[in-house]
Amino acid sequence: MERKYFDYSATTPVDSEVLNEMLPYFNNDFGNPSSVYSYGRDSKKAIENARYKIAKLINADAREIFFTGGGTESDNWAIKGIAIALKNKGNHIITSSIEHHAVLHSCKYLEKHGFRVTYLPVDKYGLISLEDLKSEINDRTILITIMFANNEIGTIQPIKEIGKIAKENNIYFHTDGVQAIGNTVIDVKDMNIDLLSISAHKIYGPKGIGALYIKKGIKIDPIIHGGAQERKKRAGTENVPGIVGFGKAAEIAYNNLDKNIQDLTNLRDKLIKGIFDNIDYVILNGHPHNRLPGNVNISFQFIEGEALLLSLDMVGICGSSGSACTSGTLDPSHVLLAIGLSHEIAHGSLRLSIGKYTKEEDIDYLLQELPKIIKRLRNMSPLYEKVKGGE
Amino acid sequence: MIEIYLDNSATTKPFDEVIEIMLNYYKYDYGNPSSLHKMGINAEKGIKYGRREIANFLKVDESEVLFTSGGTEGNNIAIMGVLNRNRKKGKHIITTKIEHPSVLNVFKYLEGCGYEVTYLKVDNSGKISIEELKSSLRQDTVLVSVMMVNNEVGTIQPIQDISSIVKKYNNCFFHVDGVQAFGKINCYPKQFGIDLFTISGHKIHGPKGIGALFVNKDIFIDPIVFGGGQEGGIRSGTENVPAIVGLGKAVEVLKKNFYDNFKTLNILRNKTIKKILDNIDNVQINGPDNINEVAPHILSVSFDNIKGEVLLHSLEQDNIYVSTGSACSSKRNGQSHVLKGMGLPISMIDGTIRISFSLFNTEEEIDYFVLSLKRHVNFLRKLIRR
Ligand SMILES: Cc1ncc(COP(=O)(O)O)c(C=O)c1O
Ligand SMILES: Cc1ncc(COP(=O)(O)O)c(C=O)c1O
Repeated sequence: MERKYFDYSATTPVDSEVLNEMLPYFNNDFGNPSSVYSYGRDSKKAIENARYKIAKLINADAREIFFTGGGTESDNWAIKGIAIALKNKGNHIITSSIEHHAVLHSCKYLEKHGFRVTYLPVDKYGLISLEDLKSEINDRTILITIMFANNEIGTIQPIKEIGKIAKENNIYFHTDGVQAIGNTVIDVKDMNIDLLSISAHKIYGPKGIGALYIKKGIKIDPIIHGGAQERKKRAGTENVPGIVGFGKAAEIAYNNLDKNIQDLTNLRDKLIKGIFDNIDYVILNGHPHNRLPGNVNISFQFIEGEALLLSLDMVGICGSSGSACTSGTLDPSHVLLAIGLSHEIAHGSLRLSIGKYTKEEDIDYLLQELPKIIKRLRNMSPLYEKVKGGE
Repeated sequence: MIEIYLDNSATTKPFDEVIEIMLNYYKYDYGNPSSLHKMGINAEKGIKYGRREIANFLKVDESEVLFTSGGTEGNNIAIMGVLNRNRKKGKHIITTKIEHPSVLNVFKYLEGCGYEVTYLKVDNSGKISIEELKSSLRQDTVLVSVMMVNNEVGTIQPIQDISSIVKKYNNCFFHVDGVQAFGKINCYPKQFGIDLFTISGHKIHGPKGIGALFVNKDIFIDPIVFGGGQEGGIRSGTENVPAIVGLGKAVEVLKKNFYDNFKTLNILRNKTIKKILDNIDNVQINGPDNINEVAPHILSVSFDNIKGEVLLHSLEQDNIYVSTGSACSSKRNGQSHVLKGMGLPISMIDGTIRISFSLFNTEEEIDYFVLSLKRHVNFLRKLIRR
């Protein structure tokens, strides 16, 4: 059975062009970039080339890009690295209640160590309020960390406005751009972003490699100590093939950004419309327009998300109930609760995320199977029977 | 064109089998292991495979192996993780003067956080003294971290003797940086009484950007990176599935002929030593003489009246690649802390190169290498004498 992959937000396949570019760095140019002879120098050059391509995608300087082991590490580094570096200046951090766990748990950790964290609420679309943000800032505030786009409901925050507020108040602004990169325009200069986390495996690059953009002049402590790699900011032998793959993925993303956004938006809207036309008792989660072009998140009333996922899987459709990381647990997603869904509705949510290899036919297939499955599952639900009976 | 790569302590060429299986996971089984659908399950199977291979090889439980982004992160997690978890038990920690920077710099950092550190000395073969260890241990010592094989000279530390002493202190944990030992000599952390053992993929013909940490199931550590709770909550972040599978494959390949591999490396090393001593005057082999006390893949040689870096670049003209010290420190001008710790005079430290072997090297390569070496050493020495 051919699989229809609707889980691009969890991870993406690696683009074959990316793979081709990585391969020589496994085989021939496998040298350690720290070595002084030519083997090592070649990989050094490849790293710098990749750094440049990633910088270009976000309008940064290549010297402002630092490689990490992934998006999670980037988030941890940004938040804890700034907190420790600025601990004499203040101990207050502002974030939102719908961040990825990499951010939330870093903040929780800091709370245990004398920092104070404000978790901004969000409205029913998942947007923070700029007024809330302004009113929470005080003279102990050292960092604002608000994600660019949410991984579950796709909502894109008013990043430029947040950046402006941060700048006016002289506070560092970190944003988790793991889901946004390659799917929307990110311009760190225009948006006043001081730190940006990104990860390769969400943009058709390899897993296990990420980056943190750190604006020139920013004070940050390392969280991993050792050799002098990454200009003494992140120790460890560089993952050269991973870095090269990340660079290529960024280059492709840059060259196709507008088209990618347009194509995905069209497919996404077709998918949403198709679901609303064919299935009743559905709710679209997230913002109607300010959302990732590849993200669809829908709650189906009277449905249990896990059962829905398994049924879809049986017909070859890969979807997700929340973010990949939390879908292993039974707690409803903190994001869906934060936008005001009840536990029951949150439990009946499905995230379908599409990407550049998604075809119209895949959407058609989904729209053919999903209503049947929903119908079958609802027929087993006594609650649904009651509601329908009352009509 | 002949190319002779003799810098396998810095990094190794991945096995073809490793690359092949990784490609599969990049192209087809690319799912996120946390996902509940088939693609996620397939990815999860890849991780299970990798974990099983490593656990079997180390003779430990699968639940005791967690994946990291490499040796450096593994050392950081082990040391900071166990200390953060056991904050109240004590503030004294012990390591050696010849550790890799990914251990040494963590200890330096910890000094800044209020820990008291003892850096054990080594003798001229690079070995620590058990007596000094004994006299350094205190009731408030919470961690001893000693590398199994040194990356610059190959010296093997008496790990089991160390552990039997550390074990007498209930509050004290024992971490071993096994990055250069793993896949080369027997590494059975449980049998050896080790609590935490670090390994890295790219030193054993696996991929870069992946490593593993053995954590004995009786001990608990705190994470240094927080997030989705992967790897038992100790190392959050989407798992690097292709690299995990690649690391598993490297282990699978290596263990098939483990003893033969060891012999092959030893033959290469012994032959190199003999040929160098036979052909070049005023040289010194660093590290232990007894081959049971030194790793089979690392050879440190000092040439009187030679600048190691100049020699390195001369050899490079013949497409032969060696290093002066460790890859990490070779760019900085500072002298090797390892050779200094072993008491080498500055002139000899400056004249040192590290030759490190892999299974891809041949005896013919060694012949060619020593010929080239001899020519360059003679030439450089003549230049200096003039
Ligand atoms: C918004 C967001 N932040 C951070 C991460 C973590 O990235 P990684 O899986 O590369 O560690 C993810 C993905 O899992 C994400 O969606
Ligand atoms: C003894 C030792 N420990 C740790 C490391 C660090 O490992 P990695 O390069 O995978 O971060 C190395 C190699 O660089 C090493 O030789």
